[in-house]
Amino acid sequence: MDIELRGITKRFGPVVANAGVDLHVRAGEVLGLLGENGAGKSTLMNVLCGLYAPDEGEIVIDGRPVTFDGPSDAIAAGIGMVHQHFMLVPVFTVAENVILGIEPTGQLDFLDRAAARRQVREIGDQYGLRVDPDALIEELPVGVQQRVEIIKVLFRSADVLILDEPTAVLTPQEVEEFFGIVRALRDAGKAIIFITHKLDEILEISDRITVLRGGRVAGQGDPETLTTRQLAEMMVGRPVSFDVEKAAYAPGDVLLEVRELTVLRNNDEIAVDDVSLAVRSGEIVGIAGVQGNGQTALIEAITGLRHPAGGSIIYDGRDITHSSVRARHAMGIAHIPEDRQRTGIIGDFTIAENMVLNSYYDDRYASGPSIRWPEVMQHAARYAADFDVRTPSVHAKAFQLSGGNQQKLVVARELTRDTKLLIAAQPTRGLDVGSVEYIHKRIVEARDEGDGVLIMSSELDEIVALSDRIVVMFKGRIVAEFDAFRGPVDRNAVGLAMAGSVSEAAA
Amino acid sequence: MTDQTASDPLTQKLLERAAPSRAEFEDLVIVPIFAVIVALAVGALVMLATAVDLPTIGQSYVALVRGSVGSLNALSETLTAAAPLVLAGLGLALGFRAGLFNIGAEGQIVIGGLVAVIVGFSFAGLPWAIHLPLALFAGALAGALYASIAGWLRAATGAHEVITTIMLNLISYRILDYVLRQPFVQREGRADPISRSVLDSAQLPGLLTWIDPNLRVHAGVFLVVLAVIVVYWLLFRTKVGFEFRASGKNPDAARYAGIRASFIIVAAMACAGALAGLAGANQVLGVLDRASPGFSAGIGFDAISVALLGRSHPVGVLFAGLLFGALEAGGRQMQVDAGVSVDLIGIIQALIIVFIAAPLLVRAIFPWGFRKSEAGRNE
Repeated sequence: MDIELRGITKRFGPVVANAGVDLHVRAGEVLGLLGENGAGKSTLMNVLCGLYAPDEGEIVIDGRPVTFDGPSDAIAAGIGMVHQHFMLVPVFTVAENVILGIEPTGQLDFLDRAAARRQVREIGDQYGLRVDPDALIEELPVGVQQRVEIIKVLFRSADVLILDEPTAVLTPQEVEEFFGIVRALRDAGKAIIFITHKLDEILEISDRITVLRGGRVAGQGDPETLTTRQLAEMMVGRPVSFDVEKAAYAPGDVLLEVRELTVLRNNDEIAVDDVSLAVRSGEIVGIAGVQGNGQTALIEAITGLRHPAGGSIIYDGRDITHSSVRARHAMGIAHIPEDRQRTGIIGDFTIAENMVLNSYYDDRYASGPSIRWPEVMQHAARYAADFDVRTPSVHAKAFQLSGGNQQKLVVARELTRDTKLLIAAQPTRGLDVGSVEYIHKRIVEARDEGDGVLIMSSELDEIVALSDRIVVMFKGRIVAEFDAFRGPVDRNAVGLAMAGSVSEAAA
Repeated sequence: MTDQTASDPLTQKLLERAAPSRAEFEDLVIVPIFAVIVALAVGALVMLATAVDLPTIGQSYVALVRGSVGSLNALSETLTAAAPLVLAGLGLALGFRAGLFNIGAEGQIVIGGLVAVIVGFSFAGLPWAIHLPLALFAGALAGALYASIAGWLRAATGAHEVITTIMLNLISYRILDYVLRQPFVQREGRADPISRSVLDSAQLPGLLTWIDPNLRVHAGVFLVVLAVIVVYWLLFRTKVGFEFRASGKNPDAARYAGIRASFIIVAAMACAGALAGLAGANQVLGVLDRASPGFSAGIGFDAISVALLGRSHPVGVLFAGLLFGALEAGGRQMQVDAGVSVDLIGIIQALIIVFIAAPLLVRAIFPWGFRKSEAGRNE
């Protein structure tokens, strides 16, 4: 099935989300759709799914113009979307989720579970989407849940599959498996639109690439000939630097010392197992590791959000193992939390309120029991301007910002405090190239000014680009250390250590 | 990041406050107004369904208006009924803002009122300027302490405040029964549980008794205005208010910001209890002069509706309380003039809450009242 979008324009009030966008996907190919957050990818796909009616332009399927009055029309026409955030019922089984809404029924309208299970299995076998139809969704890992979403779409006889940021939630290994599935679907004659802002992935999986910027098609191309640098430039509209410029490595005294730390998860499993670690001022230490190997718990313990079961944390010569979160803030520890939506910001609060989320009690902003809002507003506006938080006003609510701007807000808040140690967990997860570049620059600036920096990231590229020293965590332990300041690290060795192969990882 | 002047144009532009959007206006003003209209219309249908004829329905709504705002006495009754609803509603709103669903205003009113009565009939000879504030303060303190029990249980053991406050409500009724039969509380010569009368020096003075001794509105209305201002200040201008709101909106982010959850829970419950206790004191010192079983009259439950209708905003609670007070005062007139059961008011109040809680329903009924929404856009 061939599908073509011709001259699609979609406006929201004064905002033009799509301006005359053309897009063409053929059966048996993967079209990579690339663009920063806010470039109009989601709007375009929502037009294709029948959620929005375009203001101008038309959708052409196999040469015939069609109009969708709603998502059901698009589904009937064979268009299926796999959303970034899964739409599954956690307490239902795989088969139940797949048939939800179009249940096969037998006599007297009874649910035909056997048929459902059989169909799920057939689809799975056909495309290599192996899933147990009777497993409960809540017990499945994220990567398998995603397969269920794809089966759901295939079960509705989709010929065009839209995959919205499908790899954002996957581990590197899961991404590889996932690409295998995408290729199998392509070879079976499906047309696939693969939406992402990750450059490497789009080059690997796509047959053709279309780049959106500011609601328009900024460029098209062949992944064989394009480089990530060219793609990034198309996406952002200016040359992008992937190299992080750092001043010479000149570490100072030890600022943070973690000694034989052991931290338990809520279910009393050991998350961090006897870890020792030191961060000097003026250096960036990167914690590499596949997610779920104790990095989160380690950061929580250092920032005071989780009580360690054993060991001690020394900061600036003082034992802070049992200090409160606030005391640690006051001593100059800044923390960019792993999950900005959940812990980093309060969506319903204004940008100004979020900017002082952990400093509202400071003498700068408070007098007696009350907060001096005019002062807060002045500072918030200045910080927002300094850190390129794009918003019409500091009175706007934080949830109105895009992910990248939310993260810049968090970075602005943490770096404008009087800090000596910056702890950044997944500082650029889910962000577009422009924001990543900017946040990296700010983190390196903090290091060059003499702050100690501890970074945790599941993206090896980020760790390698920023760190002076790299430690690798696997199953709660530090299994390898690399000195990146001496020269380029062996990425293979780091990768092996991340996978738990310790023997040859040493530096 | 260092000291730049805050005068560059971008910074200035960021400081500008956007005019309240149309959507906010619709949400805060149009939806509640339409909700009231729809509720009244459905109320009329309910009357029709129970075989009330059309002229009587018209008559009853005329009576509703007359009885709530149609005369000086009507206004006095509306204010009298609204005062405790607003006070307790403010307390609940404060709790909601902090993420606590406090169902215990009723019990806090009972305990606050009871203690205020005891202080009010004791201490004969104290001057008015000391005795009245003392009685009010005692009521507020008792309410605060009583509510803190639920707060402490939540903070220390994780027991959910909905459950504990409901139980504390039931316990408060039994405490009231018990205390009212104690010799130092029970009115002399009475066998039923009823307290002594509050001394003149502890009563909230009537405001319009110089026009007509039957006008019941009393100095409690000043207390209400003061409470609205204080709660507004507390929530939006103070550090504690910031902590309350942060904890309510996103407990994880609040913890990350170093806000102590257990302190916030106990403090928010205590503030809520103080306001409910004040509502109880307001009733016994301003209207009833004494405590008897059931003197709280369900105000603590109506106040939940008031707080929800007022969107947990102090000013909203004030208006919602006035509306509910007007419905109560008007409802009595409705019963007298048209013979329609006062229970209809309960139905109308409930319908208002239903429609407020379902703004989409209101939008569907009055499509021309709203700008077409661009729902579902998120990028």
